[in-house]
Amino acid sequence: MKDNYQKIIDTYTPKEDILNNSIIAFITGGLMGIIGEALIEFYTFIMHIPSKEATVCMLITLIFLGCILTCLGFFDKWVNFCKCGLIIPITGFAHATQSAALEYRKEGLVTGIGTNMLKLSGAVIIYGIIGSFIFSLIRMLVGLV
Amino acid sequence: MIYINAFIFCGIVCLIGQLILDNTNLTPGHITVLFVFIGTFLDVFNIYDKIVLWAGGGALVPITSFGHMLTHGAIQGYNEGGILGLFTGTLNLTSAGISAAIIFSFFLSLIFEPKD
Repeated sequence: MKDNYQKIIDTYTPKEDILNNSIIAFITGGLMGIIGEALIEFYTFIMHIPSKEATVCMLITLIFLGCILTCLGFFDKWVNFCKCGLIIPITGFAHATQSAALEYRKEGLVTGIGTNMLKLSGAVIIYGIIGSFIFSLIRMLVGLV
Repeated sequence: MIYINAFIFCGIVCLIGQLILDNTNLTPGHITVLFVFIGTFLDVFNIYDKIVLWAGGGALVPITSFGHMLTHGAIQGYNEGGILGLFTGTLNLTSAGISAAIIFSFFLSLIFEPKD
């Protein structure tokens, strides 16, 4: 009885096609990299912004695109399709912030948006700061600076 | 040529993330945190700076560059202001990204209705 049940479950659970997923993630991730590089060159050579500021402009543009596409409802479908190809680039950070803000908006400005906006992306900021503190302390102690 | 490098580097980072996602029970949240942590580590011996020179924007787009910029800012702060610089400099370079994400998502969430 139990074995049969397990067999039935196994046949009906959708199988994740690992190879297909990996190829899609590789291609979409690579395209994101190309978009980033193209934006940097656009800001440097056409808008004549110094290269350090051009990097910041590129990040802000991508974050804005991630936010507005999440609001318009396209981004969730794309994330379901490409998964890590869009989660690992900085757009995933924007998507997490924006979807949390949209979801909790009903509960009010302070208790809804204010407390829950960084719910998903707060982990990135916190562990990033902790990690950078630890590693720069190590670098300081080793004497590389 | 730098476009091909950008494609390869950014693609491989996403591919590694996808392989971790498919073969373990970690959620996307765990994976982004893991990659930020790897990024902070790679900046310790200036490895990530070399990758940025090689792959250009392709190395700046993945979330690993967020960690790289955090460590970079901390070290820069330490060079300029001593031990206090570790605290003042950490968010120096990434503040643009964090502020942009917060500002855009606040105002856009006031305008748009959630889609389901």
